[in-house]
Formats: sequence, structure tokens, C-alpha cells
Amino acid sequence: MTAPSHRSFERAVPLDRPEDLVVAFETPLPVIADRSRLPVAFIVSVAFVAFLIAAATVPWLFTHFDPLVGDFSEGLKPPGWSHLFGTDRLGRDVFARTIYGTRYSLLIGFGGVAVGLGIGVILGIIAGQRNRILDEAVSRLFDMLSSFPGVLLAMLIVTFLGQGMLNIAIAVGIAGIPKFGRVVRAQTQLVRDADYVTQATIYGLSQWQAFLRHVLPNVLVAIPIIATVYIGSTILIVSGLSFLGLGPQPPTPEWGVMLAESRDVLRVAWWPGVFPGLAITATVIAFSMVGNFLQKKFEGRVA
Amino acid sequence: MSIGQPTLPQKAPLVEIEGLNVGFAGANGGRPVVIDIDLTIHPGECVALVGESGSGKSVTARSLLNLAGERASTRARRFEIKGRDVRGYREADWRNLRGTVTGLVMQDALVSLDPLRTIGQEVGEVISSHKILTDPGSIRERTLDTLRRVGIPNAADRALQYAHQLSGGLRQRALIASAIAANPDLIIADEPTTSLDVTVQAQVLQVLAERIREGAGVLLISHDLAVVAGIADRVIVMRDGKVVDSGPTRDVLTRPRHSYTRQLIAAVPSVRSRGARLASARIEFVATNTESRDSIKITREPLPDRREAGEVVLEVEMISKSFISPKAAGRVRSTVLKDISFDVRAGEVVGIVGESGSGKSTCAKIVLGLLSPDQGEVRLLGRPWAAISEAARRPVRRKLQYIPQDALSSFDPRYRVQDIIAENLAGKPERKRQRERIVSLLELVGLSAEYLERRPRSLSGGQRQRVSIARALAAEPILIVCDEPVSALDICIQAQVLDLLAELQSKLGTALLFISHDLGVIEHLADRVLVFHNGRVIEQGTAEAVLGHPQQPYTQSLLAAVPDIQRGLTARAQQAGVIIASPAQEAEATTGG
Repeated sequence: MTAPSHRSFERAVPLDRPEDLVVAFETPLPVIADRSRLPVAFIVSVAFVAFLIAAATVPWLFTHFDPLVGDFSEGLKPPGWSHLFGTDRLGRDVFARTIYGTRYSLLIGFGGVAVGLGIGVILGIIAGQRNRILDEAVSRLFDMLSSFPGVLLAMLIVTFLGQGMLNIAIAVGIAGIPKFGRVVRAQTQLVRDADYVTQATIYGLSQWQAFLRHVLPNVLVAIPIIATVYIGSTILIVSGLSFLGLGPQPPTPEWGVMLAESRDVLRVAWWPGVFPGLAITATVIAFSMVGNFLQKKFEGRVA
Repeated sequence: MSIGQPTLPQKAPLVEIEGLNVGFAGANGGRPVVIDIDLTIHPGECVALVGESGSGKSVTARSLLNLAGERASTRARRFEIKGRDVRGYREADWRNLRGTVTGLVMQDALVSLDPLRTIGQEVGEVISSHKILTDPGSIRERTLDTLRRVGIPNAADRALQYAHQLSGGLRQRALIASAIAANPDLIIADEPTTSLDVTVQAQVLQVLAERIREGAGVLLISHDLAVVAGIADRVIVMRDGKVVDSGPTRDVLTRPRHSYTRQLIAAVPSVRSRGARLASARIEFVATNTESRDSIKITREPLPDRREAGEVVLEVEMISKSFISPKAAGRVRSTVLKDISFDVRAGEVVGIVGESGSGKSTCAKIVLGLLSPDQGEVRLLGRPWAAISEAARRPVRRKLQYIPQDALSSFDPRYRVQDIIAENLAGKPERKRQRERIVSLLELVGLSAEYLERRPRSLSGGQRQRVSIARALAAEPILIVCDEPVSALDICIQAQVLDLLAELQSKLGTALLFISHDLGVIEHLADRVLVFHNGRVIEQGTAEAVLGHPQQPYTQSLLAAVPDIQRGLTARAQQAGVIIASPAQEAEATTGG
């Protein structure tokens, strides 16, 4: 550079170094909008689910009554201080039976979802591949299964397998296969065509490696959410089947069974039926709330 | 301040805003996104708001329609539209203003026009809903007239078509037609040409210029200074919600006062910036004549010396590709590529330019081995590439890497920065060595070890593209295919990323096949250029030959349509009848050597 002449004036302004500019110009995008405010309904639902899990694992901490043995002289006592939810026809404490019943409802609910997910995920992933014949075959199977109402299909299967906790879980699971399978199929197709899977080809990964490393994990991240959403409705079906006598047998303190037993005395005593009914309703709502909230929150973050 | 400004008819201003603040409850840390903006627009005047994404320019413009957003809170010391104080306006009052007083043209015509209505219905609705005309015959008449005014040929036929049946340029014109149908005094155009090809962009700008001549006021929002130079009377440069520079277009662009405006001007890539770092520019004013026209001198640091181009690494020979469109369209075979031939030598930058639909990206996919050509042959490092099976390609894949436009979607959402780069590392180094290699790659692209654990989602656009570059380099490739790698970035960030690419390219000698619709970027970077048009290479050669002395009429028209700050200013000065004694010259020089 020559020395500035009288005629020209220099107002050279050196620009910042590139590193400074990165800081100066780019504001990283906010990761998630408003993390601080959780809806009250969500908090209450999570608390209730936590309570359910506690009641299922350590029910004796919540009541000192035996759910199976009752005092006949105490039969059909209305709710009060000694018996919070009253007693049933055989004098058993309804509160204790409801608490102990959590175990069965949750167990069969989780079991059913596990069976449905297990089979649904495998079939969904198969259908989500590029093979059109497999996709058609599996999708038609889903159509077939979902053409029956869930309860009806589960009843049919229990009739074949016989009664019992395990069988009812299997039955409810099979009825849930199309629900999970379809979601997984759609998710697989989405991830399969994602840019990062193309990129994996460019890395030199084989199709199988790319599937295991990039497709499968990104399909599976959605699963806990789907599972939570469907646990509620699975528990509802389980209670329905138990009510019809296809599930656990009396004197098991299962909510559906309790509802069935309460039918005969409903005219004189509302409490043996209303409290397990409320338990079912609250459980279904709580799980659905948690599931829907998680779904909203994480939707779009996958794939 | 009025030097060079065309004398405006002394009419009452359309818009007068003083001290505008717009904020969103609970967003941006309670800080307003638009801070203390003054804005005046006269009839027959075009005011441009320039700034990068997030600078608050769109929010400012939309607040003129009360469309800044549901939770927006707007305050102003003075806010008058056509002499009416609108501060106490309710939604119903605003609705009366929209269409008749203010019209909005948005960026994406495809989503802005109702897919279930023809463009004739769309435009007609504006006329009928404002009760300008009532009988169907005259509404139709007016609709067709409006479509003709924005330069839509065969208006009567086009009026019966839906937005998706029109080309991008016609669609954007239809959107302008719906904005001006009720003859608003003020047209607000929010990035009206951003997604359009340069030739179409020129046509759309022409339509807007026509409206200005007819006496409409235009508020143009743009990130592109060259577009602004050709049409705007005054420019307001915004950054972080504040005005950093404003004044008559000529003054702002030729005598930028604020360092940010200077950066914006200096960061535009062009043939004059070849071989130099864009982000390193210094702007100097050399007063040739103390009175009026200074010329600005942009001084840039040179890039490191390039190596000579080596042996041929990629040969593309007479490839063709056609696709069969879906059954609904009658199984039409459309040819996307026809007899394309070119080669790339080691250490060379080959640019591909072309408008959308010219087959650039299909060509990139074939080169990358993601799509096989119908005819022709691709050879990589002298060996067949397109003809062999994927399994046979796999061992050689590392030599050919890819930098996509959208970096974020090319990252596995579960991966951190270090996982992304680690996956593509050449060889399989042990853990400690691997970390060192990743850190050195990150440092190479101007990031640091701090970024190892970051998720791509929490990075800015420029940082993501840097990670994407580091990932490509991790494989130690011979050739990198870059498909519009800087198109989604703001101009200053684009300059940094281009500098990085150029610097790494000369340091490492990696060949680049660089695809872009932006001729400036190609001029800045490429040694050789291929011009794609309708699936054919219509012209190729050295960048100087093709872009400096184009032989084909298409290339000439493409180059003529590229907005340029100097050309725009000169053209405007001529239109305004201002005689310039010594046209401002942009002398750019490269220091050192």
C-alpha cells in the first residue's frame, strides 16, 4: 500500500476475523420452544402413573387389609373411616382390592403392549422396506386384523387359547399388532428415504449396515411414545375381557373381575363397582395424557 | 443526503412510522425483535429493507398489515398509513386496509395461493370481497386485466388454471396480481423473488417496477443487495432488529457508512473476488472527485496458491437419463439428461450452473453412484463407476464425497458432531487417535473441540455446513460433489463457508464438482464451468471464457439476468434521468500476491 496521498482519504475498516463473525452473525436456533412450562394435567398424570407403579409393586404399603380375606360380618359396609372405599359382599376391603388390582391391570396391559409391539415392530419394518410384495402382504394382514373390533378379536383368541393372565395378554397383544405395525411401517418408510441414509451409502456402508446403524435406531426412538399412548386402551380392553370372565378368575382382585362381582349388589351398594371403575378410567386417562404429551413434544424430532 | 436521489413528487407519504417497536410475549428473552424503526414510504417510491434472517425485516413489514403474528405487541410513537393513525385500529379496521391500501406479496406462491381455486378465482375474490365491483362480468373483466398487467400471457386461459399448474414465474406473477387487484397504494413484497431462477426473477422485478412507475409505493424485503440496487429508491439495512444504515440506494451501496453494510457488499461473490477471501474484505473510499462520486475499492486477502490440475479423476461420457412420469400424466417419458460429457481433474474446481429443472442434481446423483444412467459411462479414477454393482463401488466410495445443501437433514438425528465425523473417518483408528483426528478436522473447518459433544440441531446454519465439510474431508476424498452447499445461508455466512471451501481446496488439492444456481458463486470459485439447460450441457470451458465471453444466447441471457449492484445502480440512474459525469467504478484489487 502506498502512503495516502492528499487527494485520497482512506477509511479502511478491517472486517473481523471469520471466527468472530460466526459469533457475531449467527444465533443458534432455540432447541425446543418452551421447556419451562409443563401443563398441570401432564404433571398430575405422571404423578398418578408413578403412584400406580408403586401400588403394583408394593401394595402392602398402602393398605393393611388382605385383598382376598374378608370378614363376613363386615359385608357391604359403605365407605367410611375404617374402610375407605367400603367393603364388598364378602366383607373384603374394596380399597385394598383396588390397590392390589393395579398389579394385574398393569401387568396384563404392559404384557399385551409388549406382545403387540414385538410382533408389530417386526412386521412394520418388513413392510417398510422397498419390497412391494412383502409390503402388500403385511399391510393386508394388518387390514385383516384391524377389521375386527379389538375386544372381539381378543375374545376370539382367548377362546382358542383358554383363560388366564398370559393368554389374555397374548390376545390383547395380537389385537394391537396393526396399530403398532402401521406406525412402524410409516416411520420406516420415512427414515429409509432420509438424507442421512443416502449419506450412509456415500460413506460406503452396505445396505444392511446402513439399516442397522441409521434406519432401525431412528425407527425405534418413536416406540416408547407409541407404547405409552396405547397402554391405556390396552388396559381398558383387558378390564373388559376380565369383566366377561375371560381373564383372571375370582377371587383375584382384578378391576374387571371386581366390576363383574359388583353387578349383583349394585342395587344396594354402589361402592364395590364404582371404585374399580374409577380406577380404570383414571388409569386410562393418565396413560393417554402422558403418551399424547410425549407425542406432541417429540413429534418431528425423529427422522 | 439527497445527492443522486431522484426528486420525488411532493405527495403526502403513504406510510409514516416513527419509533416502531415489535415484540413477542415470552420470546427472544422479552427483548423486542424490532427496535425503534423509522420508516417513510411515498407514492411511486420503492423502499428496500435489507438484512439477514432474524434481522426483523419481515416482522417490520408485516406490522404494516398487522400480520406480524398473534402474540406480537406493536408500539410506535407515530404510525400512520395514508394519513390515518392506525395505532388504535381493531382487526376489522385492518381488514379494510388490506387489499385496498396495502397488498402483500409473499415468497412462496405455491403455498400462498389456495390450491383449490384457480388463479382467476383468487384474483377475482380480492375484487369482489372489497366490493369494488359487484357484477360478475366486470369482476371477470377486471381480473383478466390485472393478470395482463402483471405480464401473464393468455390471461383468459391462465385464469382457469390452478397454482400448481403454472410455472414458478407465472405463479409468482399471479400472486402479485392478487396483491394488486384492488389497486392498493402500497405493495409489500417479502422476498418476492428468492426461490426463483434469475431470468424469472428479472421478469418479476420488472412487474414490480411497472407498478412503481404507475405510482404505487413498494416496500421490498430482500437479503440480496443486487436486487435492491436495481429497483429501490431508498435502502434500510437492518440487523438484530435495528436500523444500522439507511439512505438513498446509491449512497448506501456506494458509500456504506456502517461496517455491517460494507461487509454485506464485500461478501457478495463475483468474478472480481476470484482467488481472494470473501470475508476478509476491506472497503476503502478513494475520492476521485471530492464532490460527488467516490468509487469504492474492495481489498481482499488472497487465497493460498493453487496447485496445477492433475490427472483426470472423473470422466462422464455421454450419459443420458429419463424418467417415466406417473400414470396420471399418461406415462410420458421425460428426458432429464441428454448426452452429458465432461471430466474433472485432480485439484480442479468444476462448476455446474443452470436453472431449476436443468438436470444439475440428477447429474450429481449419477456421479455419486446413487442413480444409474440409462446410457453412457462414468469412470472414477480411470475405472468403471456407474456400470458396476454397488458392492463393487463400496471400497472406492470414500474417494468421492458429498456436501449437500441441507446439512441438518443429512445428519442422523441421534448423532453428536463427533459421531457424525467418526463414522466417515478414513481407516479405523483406535479411540484416542480417532478423537485427535476428529478435533483436527473440526479445527480445519474453523470449529473446535468444544463442538464434539454438540448436536447438529443446536448449531447454526453455517456451523452445520462446516460439520458437513469436515465429514466429507474425514474420508480423505479425491473429489467432493457439492450440491448448492451455500444456497441456504445468509450472505456473510456464505462468504465464510466459500472461503473455507476455497482454502481447504487449495490446501488439500481436493477436486470439487460444485453445483449452484448462483453464477456469482461459480464465477468466484470455479476453474471450469458447465452450463446446463434442459438436460444438456450447452456451453463449457474455463470460467473466464464461459462467463466472460459467453457464446451461447442462453448463457448470455442468463448472465444478463443476474442482478449486479453496479449495473442495477447505473440502470436506475439512467431511468431517473440523472446524468452521471463519471460512473462509479468498483475497483477491486487483491493485495499481496
